[in-house]
Amino acid sequence: MTARAQAPGVPRLASVLRAREAGTAALVLVVFALATLRDHSFADVNSVQQLLVGASLVALLGVGETLVIVTRNIDLSVGSVLGLCAFVVGDLFRHQHIPVWSGFVIAIALGAAIGAINGLITTVARVPSLVVTLAMLYIVRGVDAKLVNGHIVLPSQVPSAFAAVGYRTVFGIPWLAIIVAVVVAAVGYSMRTFRPCRELYAIGSNPEAATLAGIASGRRVFMAFLTSGALAGLGGALFLALFAQVDNSAGLGYELNVIAAVVVGGVAIFGGSGTVVGAALGALLLNTIQQALVAVRSSSYWSEAIAGALLLAAIAFDRWLSLRVARGLRSAEGAHRDLATAGRGSAS
Amino acid sequence: MNEASAGAAAGHAREDGTAAGTEPVLALRHAAKAFGAVQALADGSVELYPGEAHGLVGENGAGKSTLVKILAGVYQPDAGQLIIGGESVTFAGPASARAAGVAVIYQEPTLFPDLSVAENIFMGRQPVRTARRIDRGAMSREAAAIFTQLGVVLDPGRPARGLSVADQQIVEIAKALSLEARVLVMDEPTAALTNVEVDRLFNVMAALRRRGTAVLFISHRLEEVFASCQRVTIMRDGRFVLTAGTDELDIDTMIRAMIGRELGAMFHKTGVTPGEVVLDVEHLERENVFYDMSFAVRRGEIVALAGLVGAGRTEVARAVFGIDRRTSGAVRMLGKPLPAGEPSAAMAAGIAFVPEDRRQQGLVMDMGIDHNVALASLGRLSKAGLIFRSAERRLAMTWAQRLQLKYGRMRDPAWSLSGGNQQKVVLGKWLARQPSLLIIDEPTRGIDVGTKAEVHRILDELAAGGVAVLMISSELPEVLGVADRILVLHEGRLAAEFDRADATADKIMRAATGQAAKEAA
Repeated sequence: MTARAQAPGVPRLASVLRAREAGTAALVLVVFALATLRDHSFADVNSVQQLLVGASLVALLGVGETLVIVTRNIDLSVGSVLGLCAFVVGDLFRHQHIPVWSGFVIAIALGAAIGAINGLITTVARVPSLVVTLAMLYIVRGVDAKLVNGHIVLPSQVPSAFAAVGYRTVFGIPWLAIIVAVVVAAVGYSMRTFRPCRELYAIGSNPEAATLAGIASGRRVFMAFLTSGALAGLGGALFLALFAQVDNSAGLGYELNVIAAVVVGGVAIFGGSGTVVGAALGALLLNTIQQALVAVRSSSYWSEAIAGALLLAAIAFDRWLSLRVARGLRSAEGAHRDLATAGRGSAS
Repeated sequence: MNEASAGAAAGHAREDGTAAGTEPVLALRHAAKAFGAVQALADGSVELYPGEAHGLVGENGAGKSTLVKILAGVYQPDAGQLIIGGESVTFAGPASARAAGVAVIYQEPTLFPDLSVAENIFMGRQPVRTARRIDRGAMSREAAAIFTQLGVVLDPGRPARGLSVADQQIVEIAKALSLEARVLVMDEPTAALTNVEVDRLFNVMAALRRRGTAVLFISHRLEEVFASCQRVTIMRDGRFVLTAGTDELDIDTMIRAMIGRELGAMFHKTGVTPGEVVLDVEHLERENVFYDMSFAVRRGEIVALAGLVGAGRTEVARAVFGIDRRTSGAVRMLGKPLPAGEPSAAMAAGIAFVPEDRRQQGLVMDMGIDHNVALASLGRLSKAGLIFRSAERRLAMTWAQRLQLKYGRMRDPAWSLSGGNQQKVVLGKWLARQPSLLIIDEPTRGIDVGTKAEVHRILDELAAGGVAVLMISSELPEVLGVADRILVLHEGRLAAEFDRADATADKIMRAATGQAAKEAA
């Protein structure tokens, strides 16, 4: 009986997930508050806008990455895809004078096409996605370098209506952040609400069981890669709008920032759990820390070291949390079993 | 308890046994399936009638699991015919089997640990409202309704991670119920259950049968087949042997049909005079788990730790071996005290520990058989940090022969072996170290009758050869047949000790359930 009194109630899945997101959000506020104490201008409208804009692209790519990681795969090609799409669209603007809206369409389509190739090779040829997307990272980067070949896209060559997306604000909130927030909200809602999206979690949680449950794993994983590519493409268009200048180093190394953000945001690197909102919050947290370090005039080298330390802390925390939850579940269940045995004893 | 439910089930069989003349809801005829050169199933046939519980028995490797996977749509048979509801069908995959009303509960749980219990039940078929949005409320309510119907308390909102095996099976059964399956196939559902949980499962099976579901029940525990099934189909070497009512058969006939030969005495016992004390445990204690354990194991002696699941048997063994820390007490090996919490010291002192869960704790599933056997002896097989492959192979071959391991090639991964042979590899791995004390937890759980007898023979040989054996077992016949001395645990305390000569199933059960103590008081 005492054992039962000590055993914590069985945690509900939804509350565990919410707690993880709330934790990341709280950490963002803590870092923000600390930085503001040291430097009051950190809370200025401009500075907050910077925080949001700076996190936007990584958060956007993090959405697609979450879909892929949840299925126990990984997409390392997102940075390269972003760079290629940014340049291709910029190049079309200066040579073909295509309409502004088509810039987004082309970027998304090109990204989706590369994502589709990643997905096909991973699901049909069954090559580990780590290898497939690593190869794709280099291939796309190489193609990008060949295309750019010194002809950098310059701000003067980007239509001002397109570039406006990068700096316009609505009630002080940057368009860029709104676009990304809409994507995060839409995909986040879908991931909780639609069967095919729930199946992504099932596939990552137990691939064999997913097959036995009749889930078309290949098709779902393919869609995850396609979405990741498409969002990286959209990210390319937004990159072009934001910086209006694209050379062949655009998006270089983004994949690691994205994966770091996703993991810090609570997405399990071995699949099965984590949310899109968490990933976006992870991106915001990393960017806030980075800017805060700039604000307190610490060396910029530290920001990377701190990002790394935070990554370790996040993984350690998740591990600790899941162990604790598992222990809670087990002891609650032990009490349940004792009761059953006790009942049996009195019955016989 | 088991006898009681056996009687009850037999009563059911006579009351509502299958009416002659009804159509079988499922019939598999002359199914065959080969994997490369291995003919896993040569001629598999089974007929299931609505409302019957049908046992499927056979040794490991008899083709039961292959047959199950054909019914589940996982494998497509090379030959044969599958008839459901009078129509010949072919399953393209697990989804089409489910659509046809066949639900399967596998030996290995197939849950999604990261998802909620309710979502596990309804994955791929979640209730939806407008715009195909999942209706979480409805999903949770439906899951709760099924649990109420099954008479179990489980929170649909909790994650599946951390569920006990019994509760995992409840979730699987709930899944089958929600499918309104016409046929429920259960592949060794009781292998890891306690008696209470087995009883609960049988109640659920009876409830399903009343609804007209046909249940195909696969188990190595023949008593359970008799207790819960009306008819039984026996398979051997991938072939159908016979189908008969359980009231027309007895256990001996069944075993003969399964192995195709007379089974010698189930337990062979070589009389050995125990020698010096090998393991000496004094006042061993681990707070809140077990208390005041004092016992000794001598050379040439097999000592069994009996008791209900949760009585602390495995925990005692783990503390002796040093996996778990002890709160107080001493463990001496051949007179020398063992440090607490150091398995490596225990190994060096000559203790070998074969855990219960061989898949997770005993074997590296993707590694070859030879590597697995050599794993615990690498120190002896290597020089300057380099492992001699030839020595490794020699060692593995020696033990494969001594344990009569059935395998393809030595380099095949461990997962390619059947359950019984996996257990032998784990045994071989530890025996290769030539231990003076072997601790073995549930040596024959989930393995077939033939291999069981072999494992018992091996234990007997080891003891005769001077090894001290400490065995944990939940199977009373095994405890009574194999052990020289039996220690019974009840709620973390030593409740009774019996010699082989005066131990009976009744005495052990009384001590294990705490009855003996009450009577004495």
